[in-house]
Amino acid sequence: MATPTGLRLPRYRQDPEGTHPPMDFAGYRSTKLRHPAQPLVLLPQMLTEVTGPLLGPGRLGEHDNDLTRQHSGEPQGQRIIVTGRLLDGDGRPIRDSLVEIWQANAGGRYRHTGDRWPSPLDPNFDGLGRALTDGDGRYEFTTIKPGAYPWKNHDNAWRPAHIHFSVFGAAFTQRLVTQMYFPDDPLFGQDPIFNSIPDEKARRRMISRFDLERTEEQWALAFQFDIVVRGREQSVFEDEEDED
Amino acid sequence: MGRLGSTPSQTVGPYLSIGLPWEDGPFVVPEGTEGAVWIRGQVFDGEGAPVPDAMIETWQADPAGRFDHPDDPRGRGGSGFRGFGRCPTDERGEYGILTLLPGIVPSADGGDQARHIDVSVFARGMLSRVVTRIYFEGQDNSGDAVLASVPEERRTTLVAAKAENGYRFDVRLQGEGETVFFAV
Ligand SMILES: [Fe+3]
Repeated sequence: MATPTGLRLPRYRQDPEGTHPPMDFAGYRSTKLRHPAQPLVLLPQMLTEVTGPLLGPGRLGEHDNDLTRQHSGEPQGQRIIVTGRLLDGDGRPIRDSLVEIWQANAGGRYRHTGDRWPSPLDPNFDGLGRALTDGDGRYEFTTIKPGAYPWKNHDNAWRPAHIHFSVFGAAFTQRLVTQMYFPDDPLFGQDPIFNSIPDEKARRRMISRFDLERTEEQWALAFQFDIVVRGREQSVFEDEEDED
Repeated sequence: MGRLGSTPSQTVGPYLSIGLPWEDGPFVVPEGTEGAVWIRGQVFDGEGAPVPDAMIETWQADPAGRFDHPDDPRGRGGSGFRGFGRCPTDERGEYGILTLLPGIVPSADGGDQARHIDVSVFARGMLSRVVTRIYFEGQDNSGDAVLASVPEERRTTLVAAKAENGYRFDVRLQGEGETVFFAV
């Protein structure tokens, strides 16, 4: 997009209505006092918005993407491999990009002072992982399947098993924090966080796929979870310069 | 190319402090860097209570107004400036980011933008991040098109006030003095 100063900036498309949750969602009680009541002001995408932190190399330790090897002993639970790609809405891989995860242990307990429900901590599991995407946008974690856990949002409320994911994409506009769920979880129906996504197809994009091919015999099950962040509008800029 | 639907946003939940904080997160520049300022503030909910399980992220140009990023069409600023800060709030809802004042960055229409920092706020009880901007007291903010697009009586919510060792920028998620949040 040429401007009078000759600045050509990519433009990131808005996601279709219903892709993301509303800020105010009655089913999730904590949104009540934490959502803006005033309308959002449109921020045109300028230099600060179309750039973003490129974090990655240098932020990783040796076993950051293997949550089963961060202690001397092995954690309890079902070992799983979680793989996927970080892509933009046009299918372009986002390379060398930091993917961060955190999760409960096999019994659904987080290593956090605020988590007091009576399921034991696992001395061999912290529930924190980091990985870097490769040239195809692929990431991979080895971890333990997290358990479901109760919370106090409504009567007999349980969160379906999930892994929290945080990705940066290539621009401030693409920053995303989401949760990965597991196929056919019977707890979906009563979970307001999962069901806060209005569009059913979009909601289902948060559910990982069982990946028989990536299982490891006598070792681990596998799930596949691609993460898609906003794509760019086509522009002259890309026709000219998208050579890679 | 076929289009792919985006993955929806979900809350960071109450246990974000397991996964997101980094030891050097608050330090966009190392302590002792000449000219570095602290931007400190508190995050409040709609009843004015501090939010102890939130996280602030900042993204900004370097002091010359450049970004070390391939999509800066003026060429990639090679200063190595990280430009990114991240700090969870503590039990009093307080955060702090040590950084250098960003330079002046051109706007899309050829004018200049006032010195600003883009901010994302995440928290339990927020299903998506909210986005705001920090401007600075004592800087020339008069010609900034984004600030001008905000209703006048709410502009002050975007201007960090001078404070000891830097600036103060509180975030009010809702209600009286609600911070202006942007759709990008
Ligand atoms: Fe959780």
